[in-house]
Amino acid sequence: MFACICIPDFPVQAIIRFEPELRARSIAVLAGRPPLEKVVALNEKARQSGVEIGATKSQLEAWEKLVLRARSESHETSARAALLDCAQSFSPEVEDTSPGIALLNLAGLEPLLGPLPKITRDLAQRVSQMGLEANLAVAANPDAALLAARGFSGVTLIPEGREAERLGDLPVDVLLESFSSDVAEAARWVEMFDRWGIRKLRALAALPELPVSERLGQPGIRLQKLARGVASRNLRVLGPRLIFAESVELEYPIVLLEPLAFLLNRMLEQVCARLGARALAVQELHLNLELAVTQPNGCASFTRTLRLPAPMLDAKVFLKLLQLDLQAHPPGAPIVKIYLSADPARPRALQSGLFQPVFPEPEKLELTLARIAGIVGEGRVGSVELLDTHREGAFAVRHFAPAEHEVKQSGNRKKNMSMPENDSACEREQKFEENAKENAQEKMSAVIALRLFRPPLGAMVTLREAKPVRMRCPEREDIAGEIVWTAGPWRSSGDWSEQEGWSREEWDIAVPAETALALYRLVQDKLSGNWFVEGTYD
Amino acid sequence: MSASPIFSSAAMGRPFILPPRLTAKKTAEILAQVGAIPKLAAVVPASRLDVCPAPEMVSSGIPQLDSLTGGLARGCLTEICGTASSGRTSVLLFALARATQRGEVCALVDASDAFDPASAAAAGMEMGRLLWVRCGEKYPSRKHPSAALSGCRKTGASYQGMSSGVPQVAENSFGFSRCGSTRWKNPESQRWESQLGQMLKVTDLLLQSNGFGMIALDLGDVPVPSARRISLASWFRFRRAVEHTPTALLVLEQQPIAGSCSSVLLRVSAVHSQRSGKKLSAVSSQLSGNRPAHSELPHTELLDQFEITAELLRSRLERKLERKPVQSTTSFKSRAAWAG
Repeated sequence: MFACICIPDFPVQAIIRFEPELRARSIAVLAGRPPLEKVVALNEKARQSGVEIGATKSQLEAWEKLVLRARSESHETSARAALLDCAQSFSPEVEDTSPGIALLNLAGLEPLLGPLPKITRDLAQRVSQMGLEANLAVAANPDAALLAARGFSGVTLIPEGREAERLGDLPVDVLLESFSSDVAEAARWVEMFDRWGIRKLRALAALPELPVSERLGQPGIRLQKLARGVASRNLRVLGPRLIFAESVELEYPIVLLEPLAFLLNRMLEQVCARLGARALAVQELHLNLELAVTQPNGCASFTRTLRLPAPMLDAKVFLKLLQLDLQAHPPGAPIVKIYLSADPARPRALQSGLFQPVFPEPEKLELTLARIAGIVGEGRVGSVELLDTHREGAFAVRHFAPAEHEVKQSGNRKKNMSMPENDSACEREQKFEENAKENAQEKMSAVIALRLFRPPLGAMVTLREAKPVRMRCPEREDIAGEIVWTAGPWRSSGDWSEQEGWSREEWDIAVPAETALALYRLVQDKLSGNWFVEGTYD
Repeated sequence: MSASPIFSSAAMGRPFILPPRLTAKKTAEILAQVGAIPKLAAVVPASRLDVCPAPEMVSSGIPQLDSLTGGLARGCLTEICGTASSGRTSVLLFALARATQRGEVCALVDASDAFDPASAAAAGMEMGRLLWVRCGEKYPSRKHPSAALSGCRKTGASYQGMSSGVPQVAENSFGFSRCGSTRWKNPESQRWESQLGQMLKVTDLLLQSNGFGMIALDLGDVPVPSARRISLASWFRFRRAVEHTPTALLVLEQQPIAGSCSSVLLRVSAVHSQRSGKKLSAVSSQLSGNRPAHSELPHTELLDQFEITAELLRSRLERKLERKPVQSTTSFKSRAAWAG
C-alpha cells in the first residue's frame, strides 16, 4: 500500500506554518514584479469570499479583510523539507513528487506501526504537528493515492480493488492537473473531454480501451488506466536528507534583539520538531543573519555558531543560548534575513548509576556557562589546560565540558573471580595493594600553592652581592620590607627564535609580615631588567 | 455533659472547666482521674519534629583536617580563613583536587584572579572537571609591568585572553550594604566592589544549576573591609541555596565574613619548623645590627616542610553528628610542587 500526503494551497500553507496566527483568516499569496503582482495561491476562505487566482493587487483592494503576502521561496523550501522529514519518519521509501506532495510506501510497516488506519491517523497527526494541514490518502498504487489525496479532503483509505469505484467521483480536471506537466495541453484535454461529455473519472474509466487507443493514442490509454486506478509504477525514492535548516526573509529589517527572539523561537521549534521526527538531536547550531548594510565597507552577513557539548533537543535552551550569544556579540546592523541550520547527531543516551557522583545536566550547564560568560566576559570561564612549554604560567582556557566519571573496577572483583588454589597469589596482591595505599597516604599531603598577582606587581629591589635584600612594591604598600630569606636564582629562557622571547630569574623570598613571614616569588625579567612580584606562596 | 473533653484537655495540658451542678463526690472523682492522666503536652506532634539529618561528609584529602572537622560537609557553607602565606590556598586546592579525583565536577570562583593552574596540577587536580571563573575586569586596562616598561613586548603567555582597549562594562552593585559609602569612591574599592558583585552573581548561578560537588569562592586577596561589605543576606541566600544539595560550599578569606551562615569555620596559619624559625630569627637580629643578611637556610627547609596549623573556631555540625571534637587544632605538613 502507498500513502500520499498532499498539502493543498502549498504556498499559503508554507506562510501559515511560519505565521500560525493567520490560519483563521483569508489569505492570498502574490507573485510577480511590482506593481503587476498577481494572486498565485489562496486559501479556502479567500476562495469562498470570491478571490480568484490571477487577480491583480489592485483588484484585491475590494476585500478589506484579505491578508496579502508575497510568495516566499524560503518558507516553501522549509515546509517542503519538513514534509519530507515527516514522511521519512514513517517509511524509508519516500518520493518527493512535487512541492507539497509526498508519496510513501507503507509495505511492511503494519507489524511495526500497527494497522493501516492507525498509521494513517499517526501520519496525519505528525503532519499537523509540523504546522501543515494536509489531505492524506492510502491506496494500493501510488498514482491512485495521489489522485485521492488531491481530490478528497481529509483522510481517505481506499481498499485494494475498489480504486475505480472511489476515484470515479472525481472530476477529470484533478487527473489532468496531477499528471499533465503542460498547462496548455491539460486545458486542451479538458476541453476535448468536455465536448465528449466526460466530466468524471468514472465516465473516462468506462470507455472501451480500443476506441480510446485509436482516438487518443498512448496518452489516452495512460489517462484511462489512471482513472481506473490500475496504473502501477515504482517510487523515485529520495536519498537521506540530513540538512535541517529554516530561513526567513523579513519584509522590514529588525533592529532589536527582542523581536528577533520571537522569530528564532519559531524557527528553533520547527528545526527541533523535524529533528525529533527522525529521533535526532542538535550537535551544532549555525545562525546566519543577512544584514542591511548601511556602510560601503560593512559586512553583509553575520554568522554565529553554537557548539554544544552533548546533543540536545530543547528549543527553549537553544533560544536562551542564542539570545545570550547575540547579547554578547550583537550583529551591528539591521537584519533582513535569518538562516538557521542544525547539525544532527544521535541523542545522548545515558544510564546513571546510584553510586556515581552528581553531574550537572549538560543543558543547564551550558546555559549557566553562557550566563556566567555574560557577567565576567568571554574567555574568563572554562576549564584550564596547561600548555606544553617551559614558559611560566602558560595555559589556555577551554570550553568547560566535563566528561562523565567512569567507575573503575576495583581489585575485589578480580579477587572474587580468582581460583581458590591461588591463595598465596591473593595474599601477595593484597600486600601489594596495602603498600600502595600506604605510599599513597604518604604522598597525600597538600602541595604548597602559589597565588598569582595578575598582572605581576612591579617591584623595586635592592641587591647586595647579587642577591635581593630589600624590596618594595609601589602598587601594594603592604608588600615591602627586608628580605630575611632567599633561595635562587632559577634561570629560564625560551622562544629566543620568536619575537616574544623570554628570559627570567626567579627568587623565592621571605619578608616579615604583620604576624608571620610572607613568602613571595620574585622575578627579574632579564630582557628588560625589571623586577616584579609574581605571586605569594600560600 | 460528658467528661471526655475534660480528660482530653487535661491530657494536652490545657486548662479545663468543670461542669456546674456536680456533686462534691463526682468532682473529687474527676479530679482524681485527671490527676492520673499522664501529661501528653510534652509530646511533640510528628509534623513538628525537628528532623535534621546529619550532612554527608566528604574527605578534604588531608587526614589530619578530616579528623578535626569530620571532613567537609555537603549542603553547608565552610569558611577557611587565614592570612597570606598561611597555607589556606594549599588546603583549598587540595580539597578541590580530591573532589575532582572522586569524579565530581567542581567550580572555583576566583574573585581576585589569583588561581595558579600549575599549583593545581601539582596538587593532583583533574583540570577537565574544574570550572574556573575569573572575576575581574572584562577588559582590563592594567598591563603587564614589563610590557608597559619595555614598549610593545609582552612577556608570558599567562596573560592571554585579556584584550585591552575596550571600554569597561559597568557592573551593578549586588549584595552590598551601602552604609558609609564615601570610602567606595576610591577606585580600588570600586574595582573590588565590581569583582565581588560578579562573584556573587556567578555563585548564585552555579548554586542554581546544581550538580557541582564542590564550589569554592576565593576571596583570599580581597581586602577585609571590602569583603565585609558583602551583606549577610547574600551569605544567608547561599546557605539556603546550598542546603539539601550535594554541594559543599567553601569560602576562602582573610577573616571570617559569613557570620552565623557558615557551618564550619577554620582558621589556617603557618608554623615554620624550629630550625628555620631559629635561623630566621637569627637573620632578623643580624638585620637589626646592619650586618649582611643572607640566610643559609636551604630551600627545602622553608617551602618543602611548610607546616600548616588548622584551628576549628566554630562548628555547627557537632550536634548533628552527635560527636564532640576531641581537639580544636591540628597540624600537617605540605610539600613543594617540585619535591615530587
